[in-house]
Amino acid sequence: MLQGWIQIAFTLLIVVVISPVLGSYIADVFLARPTILDAVLHPLERVILRWGGMNTPGPMSGWQYARAVLASNFAMLIVVYLILMLQGVLPFNPTERGTPSWHLALHTAISFVTNTNQQHYAGETTFSYFSQFAALGFTMFTSAATGIAVAIAFIRGLTGRPLGNFYSDMVQAITRILLPLSVVGAVVLMAAGVPETLAGPVVFPSLEDPSLSQAIARGPVAHFEIIKVLGENGGGFFSTNSAHPFENPNGWTNLIQLVAILSIPSSLIMTYGFFANNLRQAWLVYTIPLTILIGLLVITATGEYQGNPEVNALLGGQAPNLEGKEVRFGWAQSALYAVFTTASMCGAVNSMHDSFLPSGGFAMLFNMFLQIVFGGQGTGTAYLFAYLILAVFVTGLMVGRTPEFLGRKIEKREVVLASLLILLVHPIAILIPAGITLAFSTQLAGISNPGFHGLSQVIYEYASAAANNGSGFEGLDSTTLWWNLSTSVSLLAGRYIPIVALLLLADSLSHKQPVPLTAGTLRTDTGLFVGVTAGVILILGALTFFPALALGPIAEAFQIAGGG
Amino acid sequence: MSVDLSSKPPFRVPRRVPQGPRDTRRHTPKTDFRGLYPRAIKAAFLKLDPRVAVKHPVMFVVWLGTIITFLVTINPNLFGTIQADISQQRILNGTITFVLFFTVVFANFAEAIAEGRGKAQADSLRTTRSDTMARKVMADGSIQEVSSTDLRRGDHVKVIAGDMIPADGEVIQGIASVDESAITGESAPVLKQPGTDIMSSVMAGTRILSDELLLRITHDPGQGFIDRMIALVEGAARTKTPNEIALTVLLAVLTQVFLIVIATLSPIANYIANVLANTSGATVANEFRAGVSVAVLISLLVALIPTTIGGLLSAIGIAGMDRVAQFNVIATSGRAVEACGDVNTLVLDKTGTITLGNRLADELIPVNGHTVEEMANVCLAASVFDETPEGRSIVALAEKLGATLDFDRTMGKGVEFSARTRMSGTDVAGQEYRKGAVDSIKGFVRSRGGTVPDTLDAAYEHVSRRGGTPLAVCKGSDVYGIIHLKDIIKPGLRERFDQLRRMGVKTVMLTGDNRITASVIAQEAGVDDFIAEATPEDKIDVIRREQAEGKLVAMTGDGTNDAPALAQANVGLAMNSGTQAAKEAANMVDLDSDPTKLIDLVTIGKQLLITRGALTTFSVANDIAKYFAIIPTIFAAAGIGSLNIMGLKSAESAIVSALIYNALIIPALIPLALKGVRFRPLTADQLLRRNIFIYGLGGMITPFIAIKVIDILLPLP
Repeated sequence: MLQGWIQIAFTLLIVVVISPVLGSYIADVFLARPTILDAVLHPLERVILRWGGMNTPGPMSGWQYARAVLASNFAMLIVVYLILMLQGVLPFNPTERGTPSWHLALHTAISFVTNTNQQHYAGETTFSYFSQFAALGFTMFTSAATGIAVAIAFIRGLTGRPLGNFYSDMVQAITRILLPLSVVGAVVLMAAGVPETLAGPVVFPSLEDPSLSQAIARGPVAHFEIIKVLGENGGGFFSTNSAHPFENPNGWTNLIQLVAILSIPSSLIMTYGFFANNLRQAWLVYTIPLTILIGLLVITATGEYQGNPEVNALLGGQAPNLEGKEVRFGWAQSALYAVFTTASMCGAVNSMHDSFLPSGGFAMLFNMFLQIVFGGQGTGTAYLFAYLILAVFVTGLMVGRTPEFLGRKIEKREVVLASLLILLVHPIAILIPAGITLAFSTQLAGISNPGFHGLSQVIYEYASAAANNGSGFEGLDSTTLWWNLSTSVSLLAGRYIPIVALLLLADSLSHKQPVPLTAGTLRTDTGLFVGVTAGVILILGALTFFPALALGPIAEAFQIAGGG
Repeated sequence: MSVDLSSKPPFRVPRRVPQGPRDTRRHTPKTDFRGLYPRAIKAAFLKLDPRVAVKHPVMFVVWLGTIITFLVTINPNLFGTIQADISQQRILNGTITFVLFFTVVFANFAEAIAEGRGKAQADSLRTTRSDTMARKVMADGSIQEVSSTDLRRGDHVKVIAGDMIPADGEVIQGIASVDESAITGESAPVLKQPGTDIMSSVMAGTRILSDELLLRITHDPGQGFIDRMIALVEGAARTKTPNEIALTVLLAVLTQVFLIVIATLSPIANYIANVLANTSGATVANEFRAGVSVAVLISLLVALIPTTIGGLLSAIGIAGMDRVAQFNVIATSGRAVEACGDVNTLVLDKTGTITLGNRLADELIPVNGHTVEEMANVCLAASVFDETPEGRSIVALAEKLGATLDFDRTMGKGVEFSARTRMSGTDVAGQEYRKGAVDSIKGFVRSRGGTVPDTLDAAYEHVSRRGGTPLAVCKGSDVYGIIHLKDIIKPGLRERFDQLRRMGVKTVMLTGDNRITASVIAQEAGVDDFIAEATPEDKIDVIRREQAEGKLVAMTGDGTNDAPALAQANVGLAMNSGTQAAKEAANMVDLDSDPTKLIDLVTIGKQLLITRGALTTFSVANDIAKYFAIIPTIFAAAGIGSLNIMGLKSAESAIVSALIYNALIIPALIPLALKGVRFRPLTADQLLRRNIFIYGLGGMITPFIAIKVIDILLPLP
């Protein structure tokens, strides 16, 4: 037991240590300060931008930035969709995969372009190598870079700077952050035994019955794997994702993945600190997601360690819940992975989330409802600060001034954007489709486990889509037309409405005349204010979903505890 | 040598509490609040008119919910057959309808009572506005009697002792004393004459006591100050302020969020009911289904949306205007009141605002070998006919030092001060006693054949360095010494500036004095900054400079040349005694002409915002308890009954208790909304800590206790 808790604490410690280092580097990159790779990358970036038709990338307004995000993402969506539909005639298809259904290809394309990677398919039996690395692998970089660019533009606006240029930011996010880290990470993963090959599956006589032959899927996995976790993508090369021994062979690769999952979202808070020149505030804000994360880890890991009371009763003793888990990871690393991946909107999995006890399901749903427990690549940090702005508005009045954040007044426009962004979109994108699905549960849902758990399954699927997480609770027959299209709507709404709102919010803040700090100004870099913000997050962000949680995981927990 | 004057100040100490708004001070004619409550109750029901109700989005949702629960009271099976005792359902739905209805009525009542108070105040002002006859001077010089309502801007009117001034105007001819007590409450009559900036404007509703005046009317009927004030306190001209709009948006979004939550809860609950039918049998499923009927879902919705602040928001705004009006200040808009809370810098004139208008003798410095006593005698002699406050203070000081007149007062003849001679004094028995500007006295002494000792200049400098105004005094050719005239800082101001500083408000003093004098007074008064030898242009410069740094600036002014600065400032408070131009440019006018009020206005503005924030926080924090009261009990059939940590009796009792709390908290908080959260001059962090503790933490805990108590008292199973 102790070993498990040490693993959990050690992993958290590494994340906390990395955050300021990586955060400082990201700040240097986007503040155009000299960085180590300048000599190589400056010319390269110039070539890329010139090739893209931009000789001198000028600053963009909020709308221009948002339009650039939408236009580029839409273009990528078309390309990815076409590659998936045409994979039968495209090269690198040793397993001879044919054309998937149009709605599966559409859902997959949307899911990958939105940095979600919700997969309603099994990778090794659906897509060719080319589809995997050219279509899906490509979007893993670009969608992550889109998130980072939006976060940087948001931070710039928040700290009173011009928002910057989307294309230039996106290119730099790839060349200076995602690509270098991925190259190193992929090599390490290869050294640990993750395959990277274009050769087809290995076919050999089955050990059990030599008359039968057995195929073992492989492919260009290692490079795919690292960006999957680093970019909060989460889409596995294989159906079983990071539970597959070729994706995640041992404890060390698991540790690398865990750290990679949280590193960029957590570092971006520190990047804000460097932009605002207020590391104290950054650390204080950092404690909000960190505390919630630790709380949810404790809830999940305790539940998994104690095991299922009904199973324990049969065993006549206590045993950790290992259903749906890889024995090489055990309860602790599985719980860690499940909480990290839902906290950060990565969505990769190394165990079956459906098999977690209700406490784990509660924690995972809670993560995806809040979206700020470090949150998605870039967007998580932006949401966190949007909550801060909302907290400033509600509580800031209590000091007797028009509320202001970093010296910029929070007025109607900011309140509209922030409340739309973090209060309204998420419930709409989760609860409305879930309500429709449940209203017609026999026709639409395909729930494998009717009961409170079935409710969790449905809510989870839409929460995962709307939060752009992508992990599956599984247990749903989710490859149907209804699921593909309805989750696509949640994917798009959960991704682009907030991004546009964030950029407009940043734009509007950056144009405000800063008000000088006085004793009458509400300081936002105090423990008190951060505590108030945490309260606002829990009340406004989580209470909305309290009825769903009560009837899903909470009711299930009582049911199991009651032996029913 | 200095003399302690503080024991018995020779000036009138302003009636002011040294801190906080002076709620007690009320110059306006006593407002008649009789019939306020019956009228407000009637208005509360009239406001149920959907065309009015729709203006408050949160309460309108409650109103619509009431109608639906009413329908399911008549027919509980309206939205699908409920497998439960119909009469029981009817009783529950009827109870819910009743409580919801009163939630809306209470919210309307809150607004009505705030409006009613404003109206009562307006009515008392309106009594001064009764229609009077006016003597209009026609173009040919003839006089025609017309009704005051027929007067137009630019008309000339003659008023004679005993007349009511028919409309706001400007004196163009004549000198007369006017009783303004009906408007300002100040009983002493005010002298009005043309030309002088300050004294030339008159207000409708005041009465001329002596002589006669020729007036030029400056406002069309219904446009004058009193009319504007009436319109504002009545709430008729009230538009939502920017901050109020932003808050309304947030409340509307929260309402929409909970609408979605409740709307989708219906299919979710239905799904669970089907599950229960399979696992626990039809009885449990039916019980569960009946537990989440339409009326219950609406109850949950109403409990969750921010009805407390939604119901009190407009009352808070109206009460804010009302508080300003009680202060005898006319604000042209709620926006101006709100801006007061945001002010970063106060630009204050020294004279009249920081110091009393007059300087007082503080010390006598004899020269030429004279003693203090000798000098005091000369000072007394030179000032005995001087009726200015300065002169009287010199007399008081001299007498205190034991001086006596060595001549019969009736024998003497006063010499008036003039701008040319810059001195005044007394001629008696061939002796010329003089006091005045040091240079003038020097010239006078030399002209009488005397000499000026070097010690005079030393004394002059001594006084200047300490921020005083030196006056030289002589008898004929003999210089006796220097009188130290000192600016007297208004009592309590230093503490108030300290408070302002703690609240983050900077004070800048403007004065025509030289740098040395200004710096001494600035230090004594405790202002943060000062501009010496200031011209009216400096005023606008200093405002622009502060605004360029993003600060909000408030200032007071009265003269015509203050008008541009008043217009430039974010909050411009004009004195009612000031010129029309100044009043037109300002966004507030102080009827008492007390510039120090600016400080009170800052606290009123802050109080308004704090009240709004505190009640919003309270309202939102309430949701936790309401959730924990309702959700576990209505879903008890799903096995989560043990989450009912409050131990409420039943789902019915929990819902009705939560709704009763929800309804009663509105009238319970009306006094707070109207009076405003008590303001304390603390830093932002201290204020936040305090208010979060009271309204945030209090908002979480209060409903837990209150709902539990109501649950115990309710005669429900």
